[in-house]
Amino acid sequence: MTQAAPTAPCRLQINGEDYDADLPPSVTLLDLLRERLGLTGTKKGCDHGQCGACTVLVDGRRVKSCLMLAVSLPDAQVTTIEGLSRKGRLHPMQQAFIDFDAFQCGYCTPGQILSAVALLEEGHIRSREEIREFMSGNLCRCGAYNGIIDAVEHVVAQRQRDEAGEAA
Amino acid sequence: MNVVSANIGQSVPRIDGFAKVTGQATYAAEPHPPGLLYGVIVNSLIARGRIEAIHDEAARAVPGVTEVMTHHNRPHTALFEKSYVDGLGVPGSPYRPLHDAEIRFNGQPVAVVFAETFEAAREAAMLIQVDYERWPHNADFDAALHQKYMPSKTRSNYVPPKSRGNASEAYALSPVKIEGRFHLAPEHHNPMEMHATTVIIEEDGALTVWDKTQGPQAVQAYLASALSLSGKKVRVRNPYVGGAFGSGLRAQHNVFLAALGAEMLKRPVRVTLTRPQMFTHVFRPEAVMDIALGADRDGTLQSIIVEGVTDTSRFEHNMENVVVWGLIGYKCPNATADYKIAPRDTYTSSDMRAPGAATGVNLFEMAVDELAWACGMDPLAFRLHNYSEIDAMHNMPLTSNALREALLQGAERFGWNGYPPGPGSLRDGRELIGHGMATGIWDAMFSPTAARARLTSDGRLHIATAASDIGTGTYTILAQTASEAFGIPIDRIDIELGDSTLPECPTEGGSWTAASAGAAVWLACQSLREKFLKALAKSENTPERIKQSEVTLTEGELHGVRDGSREVFSLQEALSFIGEASIEAEETAKPGLRDKISEMRKARFTHSAVFCEVRVDEELGIVRVTRLVNAVAAGRIMNPKTAASQVRGAMVMATGMALHEESLMDERYGRFMNHNFSEYHIPSHADIPEMDVLFVDEKDEEVSPLGIKGVGEIGMCGTAAAIANAIFHATGKRYRTLPIIPGA
Amino acid sequence: MRSFSYSRPASFDEACRVPERTRFLAGGTNLIDLMKSDVERPAHVVDLKSLSMDQIEELPDGGLRLGALATNAGTAEHPLVTGRFPLLASAILAGASPQIRNVATNGGNLNQRTRCHYFYDPDMVCNKRSPGSGCSARGGRNRIMAVLGTSESCIATFPSDMCVALAALNAVVRLRGPDGERAVALRDYHRLPGETPWIDNVLQPGEIVTSIDLPSVSFGEHYTYLKIRDRLSFAFAIVSVAVGLDMESGVIRRGCLALGGVGTKPWCVPEAEALMRDRPPSHSLFRDVAECILEGAVADRDNAAKLKLAPRVIERALWQAAEGTPQSQTCKTIR
Repeated sequence: MTQAAPTAPCRLQINGEDYDADLPPSVTLLDLLRERLGLTGTKKGCDHGQCGACTVLVDGRRVKSCLMLAVSLPDAQVTTIEGLSRKGRLHPMQQAFIDFDAFQCGYCTPGQILSAVALLEEGHIRSREEIREFMSGNLCRCGAYNGIIDAVEHVVAQRQRDEAGEAA
Repeated sequence: MNVVSANIGQSVPRIDGFAKVTGQATYAAEPHPPGLLYGVIVNSLIARGRIEAIHDEAARAVPGVTEVMTHHNRPHTALFEKSYVDGLGVPGSPYRPLHDAEIRFNGQPVAVVFAETFEAAREAAMLIQVDYERWPHNADFDAALHQKYMPSKTRSNYVPPKSRGNASEAYALSPVKIEGRFHLAPEHHNPMEMHATTVIIEEDGALTVWDKTQGPQAVQAYLASALSLSGKKVRVRNPYVGGAFGSGLRAQHNVFLAALGAEMLKRPVRVTLTRPQMFTHVFRPEAVMDIALGADRDGTLQSIIVEGVTDTSRFEHNMENVVVWGLIGYKCPNATADYKIAPRDTYTSSDMRAPGAATGVNLFEMAVDELAWACGMDPLAFRLHNYSEIDAMHNMPLTSNALREALLQGAERFGWNGYPPGPGSLRDGRELIGHGMATGIWDAMFSPTAARARLTSDGRLHIATAASDIGTGTYTILAQTASEAFGIPIDRIDIELGDSTLPECPTEGGSWTAASAGAAVWLACQSLREKFLKALAKSENTPERIKQSEVTLTEGELHGVRDGSREVFSLQEALSFIGEASIEAEETAKPGLRDKISEMRKARFTHSAVFCEVRVDEELGIVRVTRLVNAVAAGRIMNPKTAASQVRGAMVMATGMALHEESLMDERYGRFMNHNFSEYHIPSHADIPEMDVLFVDEKDEEVSPLGIKGVGEIGMCGTAAAIANAIFHATGKRYRTLPIIPGA
Repeated sequence: MRSFSYSRPASFDEACRVPERTRFLAGGTNLIDLMKSDVERPAHVVDLKSLSMDQIEELPDGGLRLGALATNAGTAEHPLVTGRFPLLASAILAGASPQIRNVATNGGNLNQRTRCHYFYDPDMVCNKRSPGSGCSARGGRNRIMAVLGTSESCIATFPSDMCVALAALNAVVRLRGPDGERAVALRDYHRLPGETPWIDNVLQPGEIVTSIDLPSVSFGEHYTYLKIRDRLSFAFAIVSVAVGLDMESGVIRRGCLALGGVGTKPWCVPEAEALMRDRPPSHSLFRDVAECILEGAVADRDNAAKLKLAPRVIERALWQAAEGTPQSQTCKTIR
């Protein structure tokens, strides 16, 4: 017990930047981001996978970073809210969240946004009902749910218009 | 951001939006000073007794652990109990963290482990063993009801019920009557951000404390007093707060323990509660209300009798205004109410969104619905017939009351067509459809508040006040206020909040911030504008042609008009004429003599009318809320977009209150057992339908300087009752306990 | 979470040779949660993810082999699964949240532990967590607890949705351990608590779930996964029912039925299923089936409502299956 905790190598790409260090294996991806890398945009709302505030993208898929050991993701590509906007330009989902007042306190917001960005790729966006069901892993205590669904629907419609435009 | 107009009343997007959607907004657990230590709290596993021994050897042996702080080795704190009274001022004997060996509630902190890493602190906290001497306890609410009492000293905001007529005689004589015991389960606030504190030690030894609170100045005063830090500079910051709903009204133990740890170890410290630990402090009290109502056959209310009890701890007397709402809002000639509190061995219950009214209005409006049906009357017609234009309990007129318009406009928007067909008559497939409605009421409050406005040489206007934006939209509406008051575009305004060193502002809560801080910012900007124009007129460097012009300030520019010709200057230029790098004004908005007279003569409330559709699969015990309309009369609406979000947010919480939320006390241990988001169910996306919020026009120059009443709580009041009443309409069954779990 | 060592074995044989106090890590969505709650205290965590067991393959009989490391989401969205076993896809989508399903694995789902409040709180006595210490769920706040398969020592519910469908589908769990490979029927994989509630299943030390085999079925649209819970999404079941019916000209040739949320393991009673053989759907039949599968159910302090609710959910689910109108996991109306 008095021995130093054993470490294991952790090799990741976070928002396009390499991260390579030896870590105690008990460090979660969430705590790595928040406490060791200063990427506090990823939020801790429960630390048990029950709220969605810590949602990030790992290899493009949404996950709850509080339930992942940082050392268990060799060569994974991690995208956090800090990596979503490019050169100060907001991702359309971020802009839609502002436009539709899709948050109040802002604490669940990065997780909601990343979840919604992943949802677009997953394609469970055929109706408001479906969007609601597939966003239900992200809780919001301020109750900004109407605005969030409005924002997602708006981006879905925007994309469909863009795709139709490209096709034409 | 495409701002068309930034004036008051416009739907301006949140000015803090960019920071929040990019992850740049910094919350309490997020500053990272060098040398930061992590503190993890260890909680008592018994509800009452005393600590016999704390075995911390194994914890101390974990590499990286620097200290285990307990009541044995903690630094000196204030000697007198009164030094620990926080801003909320609940009468009784305040809980003092790590004060001594006595355990007063399950989950009470017994130790804090500090370590170089979060992982080490978390592990070491698991290794602490505590021996207890167990004393008998009671955590059962029903048992506590036998010990209900009225404390000799009441909370300062307590409104004693005032009887009129002879309610029991009128009840006996009423041809139509209902009576019953209504119950609300205890609830936890559960903001998404867990309570946390980061203490930074500045070079001069001063403490900068980032805390999740609704009142940085209240926490500052509490720390200075309780930790006897009067000789030391303490600054409390909370620029972003991840929700609170009342959980940040009191200084929570995390801030005390973090500051104490920083004092002890002379190191910066972070203490974050876990989600289970969020169930070891404040919660909305459990409540029962015995309500008896009597009416004439034509639906004229004749008698109101309310007896209410809410729970408190064994050491503090927390009180709420739960029994008065029906007496205030209905013009009934005979009414009486009684209120008591019941002690149990838990932490002290506390204010949660719309404290008192969330309980009292919702349970009372469920009873009113029962009476309306008993009279064979449309519940809407019943309200229109019986609601009071004045504060019927104090027999005082109101500064304004647009409840009638709210009822009518809400009904129209919802499509409430007169007397709804009898319970259980609307069906779609397996589902019964029900419509229900209720009225809502909440105080419109105003507290003295100061704000500072400063114009700087870059042409930007800086506004500062120690208000907190807990998601309420305060940043945005204050920017709108400043924009209009000073005459400058909103994108040239910086708002600084959440810092105890800023001009004095009361703790955020009770829906008073918009009215109070808004008025202060308005005054400060007006004052600055006058001061600026005066200085301009006086300065030697101001060109004569300007001095002889009629000068106005609009859209962030100075316009000088003389002989029909107009000259425009930038604010930067104008400041250079005065020869100052900046110019500032600070003002305090407080009730004047006229306002004080008004407060004695008139009561002030927000009102609402809520309409709801539910679908109930009775056989399977499933209730779905499918439509909600809320018509709100809240005076002047600063920003319809953010105000509607406020109301919707409260309606979501009220949906939880009606259908899901219940903290399950295991009275054998005195612990709330569903202490996580997996088993304490707040509504999810799937539970929430489209919610239609409309604001009823209500001009009220008297209620507060800007005519604002506030919108933070009103959405809680009535919404849960409307859902419950809709469930009755769907099923024909009355549920008198919230949350309603049909079949459970 | 207590300190532990972490390793990523290169082969099965390496993985199987594990010291005492080892836990295998797959998705980790339950294990890491439990370690943070100080319920699981492994000294060694062996990460299986580098072992290639994430395939979904066809079996010669038309069934499927689901790799133990395939994710729940990957399984539920896989065309072979949605095409041949929509019941399984539906059950998976009824569980947890999209983020969890993206990480949680099929093998991990089998081995997840109970949702009991008292098991999760290390301050409470619990026979499942600490053998012989007692059961604080009995007589406590136990609305969510089991009414079937309970014992004096434990009333904890088995939490999975996926396993309920797997039980209805008569899935077979394939294991590999130091002593070679074996196969166990899913219905026999989980154990009743009895006097040893700390042993959840038949897995032996060093043994690993490698895949789950689904024998071919021909339910067509005659299936459903019906889940009743306290909120409309992202909550554990109060009662859930997985049904698949082999129907021919309006007659049930074979009925498969399993319950979740009510048992200490996925709950199946072959006699209840046998009642449906060669019978047309009817209210009386489905009532008998419900009565049979719920036989012996007993409530404790707070969960008597499950006794009333369960037969209704069973009958409703049987009708959904009989009529070929499976429950959507998106639309919250229940036919």
